[in-house]
Amino acid sequence: MSDKLIIGGHEFGSRFILGSGKFSLELIKAAIENGQVEMITLALRRANVGGEENILDYLPKDITLLPNTSGARNADEAVRIARLSREIGCGDFVKVEVISDSKYLLPDNYETIKATEILANEGFVVMPYMYPDLNVARSLVNAGAAAVMPLGAPIGSNKGLCTKEFIQILVDEIELPIIVDAGIGRPSQACEAMEMGAAAVMCNTAIATANDVEQMAKAFKQAIEAGRAAYLAGLGRVLNFGAEASSPLTGFLED
Amino acid sequence: MNDTRVDPMKYLEGMEVIDSDLMEKVLKLVADYDYAQYTDSDVQTALKKDKLSIHDFAALLSPAALPYLEVMARRSKAETKKHFGNSIGLFTPLYLSNFCQNHCTYCGFNIFNRIQRAMLTMEEVEEELKEIAATGLKEILILTGESPRNAGLEYIGESLKIATKYFSTVGIEIYPLNSDEYAYLHKCGADFVSVYQETYNIDKYQEVHLIGPKRIFPYRFHAQERALLGGMRGVAFGALLGLGDFRKDALATGLHAFFIQQKYPHAEISFSTPRLRPYINNADNNPNDVHEKQLLQVILAYRIFMPFAGITISTRERAGFRDNVIGLAATKMSAGVKVGVGGHSEEEKGDEQFEISDDRTVDEIHEMIVSRGLQPVYSDYIRV
Repeated sequence: MSDKLIIGGHEFGSRFILGSGKFSLELIKAAIENGQVEMITLALRRANVGGEENILDYLPKDITLLPNTSGARNADEAVRIARLSREIGCGDFVKVEVISDSKYLLPDNYETIKATEILANEGFVVMPYMYPDLNVARSLVNAGAAAVMPLGAPIGSNKGLCTKEFIQILVDEIELPIIVDAGIGRPSQACEAMEMGAAAVMCNTAIATANDVEQMAKAFKQAIEAGRAAYLAGLGRVLNFGAEASSPLTGFLED
Repeated sequence: MNDTRVDPMKYLEGMEVIDSDLMEKVLKLVADYDYAQYTDSDVQTALKKDKLSIHDFAALLSPAALPYLEVMARRSKAETKKHFGNSIGLFTPLYLSNFCQNHCTYCGFNIFNRIQRAMLTMEEVEEELKEIAATGLKEILILTGESPRNAGLEYIGESLKIATKYFSTVGIEIYPLNSDEYAYLHKCGADFVSVYQETYNIDKYQEVHLIGPKRIFPYRFHAQERALLGGMRGVAFGALLGLGDFRKDALATGLHAFFIQQKYPHAEISFSTPRLRPYINNADNNPNDVHEKQLLQVILAYRIFMPFAGITISTRERAGFRDNVIGLAATKMSAGVKVGVGGHSEEEKGDEQFEISDDRTVDEIHEMIVSRGLQPVYSDYIRV
């Protein structure tokens, strides 16, 4: 059975997107291999072309780069970073990240929509990082996004799916792939996101700061696959309103 | 003797006054801080919390927290990993000039200290920057003494323009400016501003800043805010530990940063934790009661209180201390440091501000970071 993740017309066999910002660079390759990752994000500000510890030098050539616009505080800056990313050869994918709060690093949904529209019009495959709000997600669809990336919890917090109910609404209502980004601290949480119907999961801190990066990458891969399989299999019915009454309430009906 | 001197609370002509109540807020809280009253249970309560209150931060800075240093270190390390992963930023300072109009009793550049004074020419600035860039560094911190008639605004601005040719991140640690002057230097290429209050105790402040514009306490206090109003992206805070009561000064520094972040949520916040060091003609200058243990307590308290803030560890500290504090709490360190004027391409042209304790090169620092399982980061900023 072919179960491909399709983003902006591009097919991926893996539903595990890796973040790179918190890694010791020489461990990234092992994480990619053990996690069988096909797409990796990188902060363009970490690219140091021709210089020391250039993150681009540590990424395998056959992987899809998902450059992000971290450091941008508004749409205008995000657009400029994205254009720069294309210029230095990082491809057409871009994860729009607009953050104007240094404490929680929460995305600015309004500026994100603006940047998404401009970049989609310029032919980028735009994957906006957002706070899970249905109206915003719809606006992102209209703006030309290729996927929507709601946060599970604040970046780096490892708190898991704090926004679960709202992510579920996006999964249910939005046609585009919903990729849970930020806050996933353990494989079980990644699995849970996939069971809910998320199209993919993005993870960085939990793997980069694990004692054994390879094993943790493997664990995430397996968890994501398990969650996906469960979603496709159709989870057993979980009743929302408690158990069924054993003597039916409508048993009095006669004709 | 003080009454013949300038009132440290009165702005001099030309100094911009902004509408801000942060100084009153910080000074009031610090005045009320009686650290002897904190107990074990205050510290334990603070360390149990996910997010610390101002009161909790005060507890971690109190003597009652000293027995909990190991617990604080574990918490700090976890927070540092969560927010910064393995990344350790690298940079180096370049001193453009050591001319200074201030008489600050603890500083080697002070107006009465007989040292060799110098200021780099534009050609020399370029040479120095080129030489530093050849080490691989992409972040530079430009410093001068406070002497606008030598190292004036335009001179600094021109130097910054050259710096942007070689470096992706440019910061300044110069005398405080008005917001329009910060805006000008921002346009020239600077994005980050460090201004250290040295001490937040006004009596102590006027006792050690005897002559010169630095004597004006509130103008210095509001520098970060003016820098942000001028469009700068990040601001750094610090008290010179050992000058006054370090627990109160550390509390004030943390609160100063905390309130600035609240008022300007986009601002990138960072801390430095300099201790007093000996300097030329004053070999006895020392950090008094701030030993490494106390210094670490301050650093850990900053990290736990504001887990998202950058912390820079100075070459004023010995290699063994610096190496252990990165990843634990600190996220940035300098390498290949010279604190005299110039000295990267040619012999130093002017004498040093203080004695450094860690003179390792960029390569040596790089190796050390890698050997500790951490990642040296050269480039982490795009100017847009």
